[in-house]
Amino acid sequence: MNAKFTPKVKDIGLIVVLAGLVITFSVLSPNFLDVNNIYNITRQVATLGICAVGFTFILITGGIDLSIGYQISVNVVVCGMLMANYDLPWYLAVLAVLALGTLMGMINGIIITVTGVSPLIITLAMMTVLNGVSYLLSRGLPIFGFPSEFSFIGQGTVAGIPVALIILLLVCAIGLFILNKTYLGKYFYAIGNNREAARLSGINTPRVLILVYALSGFFTAIGSVVLLSRLSSAQSATGSGFEFMVITACVLGGVSVMGGRGTLFGAFLGVAIIGVLNNGLVLLNVNEYVQLVITGAILLIAVSYDALSKSSKGRITQISAMVLSGSKKSSAKAV
Amino acid sequence: MTAAVEDSVSTADPHRTVLEVRGLSKSYPGVTALDAVDFELREGEVHAIVGENGAGKSTLIKILAGAEVPSSGRITINDTTYDRLTPALALELGIAVIYQEFTLVSTLTAADNVFLGDYLTKGPVLDTKTMNARAAELFARLEVDIPPQAQVEDLTTGYQQVVEIAKALSKNARVLIMDEPSAPLTAAEVDAMYNVIDTLKRQGMTIVYISHRMDEIFRLSDRVSVLRDGKHVATRKTGQTTREELITLMVGRELKSGYPERDTPPGEVSLEVSGLTGNGVQDITFQAHEGEILGFAGLIGAGRTELMELLFGSKPVESGEVFFQGRPVISRSPEHAIKNRIALVPEDRKRHGVILDFCIKDNIALPLLKKMSRSGVVSAGRVSRLAEEYMDSLRIKAPSSSQLVKNLSGGNQQKVVLGKWLATEPEVLIFDEPTRGIDVGARNEIYLLMNKLAEAGKTILMISSDMEELIGMSDRVIVLREGRQQGTLTRSEISQESILSLAAEGNVE
Repeated sequence: MNAKFTPKVKDIGLIVVLAGLVITFSVLSPNFLDVNNIYNITRQVATLGICAVGFTFILITGGIDLSIGYQISVNVVVCGMLMANYDLPWYLAVLAVLALGTLMGMINGIIITVTGVSPLIITLAMMTVLNGVSYLLSRGLPIFGFPSEFSFIGQGTVAGIPVALIILLLVCAIGLFILNKTYLGKYFYAIGNNREAARLSGINTPRVLILVYALSGFFTAIGSVVLLSRLSSAQSATGSGFEFMVITACVLGGVSVMGGRGTLFGAFLGVAIIGVLNNGLVLLNVNEYVQLVITGAILLIAVSYDALSKSSKGRITQISAMVLSGSKKSSAKAV
Repeated sequence: MTAAVEDSVSTADPHRTVLEVRGLSKSYPGVTALDAVDFELREGEVHAIVGENGAGKSTLIKILAGAEVPSSGRITINDTTYDRLTPALALELGIAVIYQEFTLVSTLTAADNVFLGDYLTKGPVLDTKTMNARAAELFARLEVDIPPQAQVEDLTTGYQQVVEIAKALSKNARVLIMDEPSAPLTAAEVDAMYNVIDTLKRQGMTIVYISHRMDEIFRLSDRVSVLRDGKHVATRKTGQTTREELITLMVGRELKSGYPERDTPPGEVSLEVSGLTGNGVQDITFQAHEGEILGFAGLIGAGRTELMELLFGSKPVESGEVFFQGRPVISRSPEHAIKNRIALVPEDRKRHGVILDFCIKDNIALPLLKKMSRSGVVSAGRVSRLAEEYMDSLRIKAPSSSQLVKNLSGGNQQKVVLGKWLATEPEVLIFDEPTRGIDVGARNEIYLLMNKLAEAGKTILMISSDMEELIGMSDRVIVLREGRQQGTLTRSEISQESILSLAAEGNVE
């Protein structure tokens, strides 16, 4: 199993890409390597990195959670309302949101395991539901006016280091620990590789799957709090499109959308590349829509690479088997 | 196109050979599935093909359907000789196969299915009217009343089979190969199918009928060919042979000795199963003893694997009871079965036995990972020690326990599965085809291991389709057929003939 925190050939490729981007941007924009800008990047990617931990777990089990973006929206709207409208102390609001996030993930997991329907469809539906919920709660209006202690999470520093970065590193450490040191991590890989063999080995696969979505919901809630604290304003649109960024970062980092393989180290490299790219393009005043084209293209390249490198051989045998069996194939099933 | 043969007078010439194969062989790495088979089909006959599991029947069908390329040999159809067929060519030559699994689209109508892939059109639109009329003609020709507009999923299995046959007729099939057509049908549907076959025969269709069931062969066929171990053993006129002769021909060989001896006799009753029902098996009742190897025989689809899935909790039990040493051990899940000290070494090693992308030690430790963890953290040392213990005792050949299982040979992969299950310290071990696809050396090691487990007082249930293995290893053999228990053979009663006649017939005089 390749779950170790050691760079592999593909990771080295990503490190080269990252270094290339850093060099390019620092040549093109003198401000890029400024300490403040570096910290700025870490603040910007903190939420992405934190969410990528749980998302990587889900991808490893062979699942996906498209609702992650609007989970963030619901989290920030609820957190903002608790503080601004109900005057709840900020730490209670944060705790409430951590529970809420876990619950949302758990609901996804329960529906997916009970119905057996593809996570893609279930979470797509959930994404739309949560979009509506966040809009209804906020009535489409931005929520602001949080206690100043709260902004410390996303904007403050400890000994010159951004708090957001510290939280990111802590979450990463927890993620690495779960994935590489606990039996749960092994279960994630086992289920993603061969769910039936995992079940026959005595793994309670439904329970593990519900847990993985709940865990991802929990990490997403942490990410939401960091984001809200940095933005100082909550809106139903806050998390819109975030699922796309997380998928891109994880897949770019070599986490397979087909399940069973990928490392957190790779996912973090993916997050770093996305963060540097976005920051650099903004510094260079690149048109917003050009940025969209670039990020979309990166995802296309990454998934194509994943699909072709993983099973190009299997794919060819599959296709030739289909051709050979001729009329016998077809997805037809009568009884 | 097909309506021309509407009259029920056969135009077939029973002396004309429509299809002939000579020296047909097919080898896969390590296995010879077909070995220089000669075989001919005469126009208008119903030709039965019989043989044990693995005798080569399926391979022969696949080659005739163009789905497999023969390693050597020739196929002559209507006086033209080919060294291989393709699916398209086979269809064009009028060869159609009715598989056990139908190839129908259940949400389309009967007529749509008959013309699937070959739709009739009027300009740019489908000519539904003509298709329905033509389908109705075909059904009438088969003397079966199926509304062409009926949705296939609403039809009974028997009618679905008729739709499948009509589909073959619409493509001008001249030779119809039917692979155990009665297997999915109820008794009433089987009678209806016999009538369809009689009708087809009267109209001059040549039919290859593959079956295990003696009664059907004697009811339907004109001639019968026996395959054994990939070889064509004999072809007989059905009227001039007997059941006994066919069974003897199918079994043929003398049993090779060479199974390791086991001295200790079975002990006390340990496992008691009564009235176990669910997952396609019905009312199974048996007892197994400590130190006993209890064999399970039956044809493919007899319900042996399904029975074991119930015992292991991977499929839900509908009713019935299971006791081990007097306490109830109905398993609700594999997880629960492991707690009940039941282990299952599955038939499909790669899909159900191992995780190919995991290394040896992670595979062996998988069922025990939770136990080998302290507050969730896996003890890497314990995992390695466990894996190395079983690598040593089972002699798994690999450079280290970190080797990925996908890089191991079949025999060593199977040993990893065995190690994984032995590590759970089971009292009841279920082996489903334990030596399938494994070389002779590793095979013998597995037999020795099974004997050692039996001698240590474990209860062993073994499914096998390998007659020699069943007879060589089992203390008793339970024979299943169509999900039901047909009988139990004691040591002195076990023979290839007794097993086969129970498996195929269900009643012995």
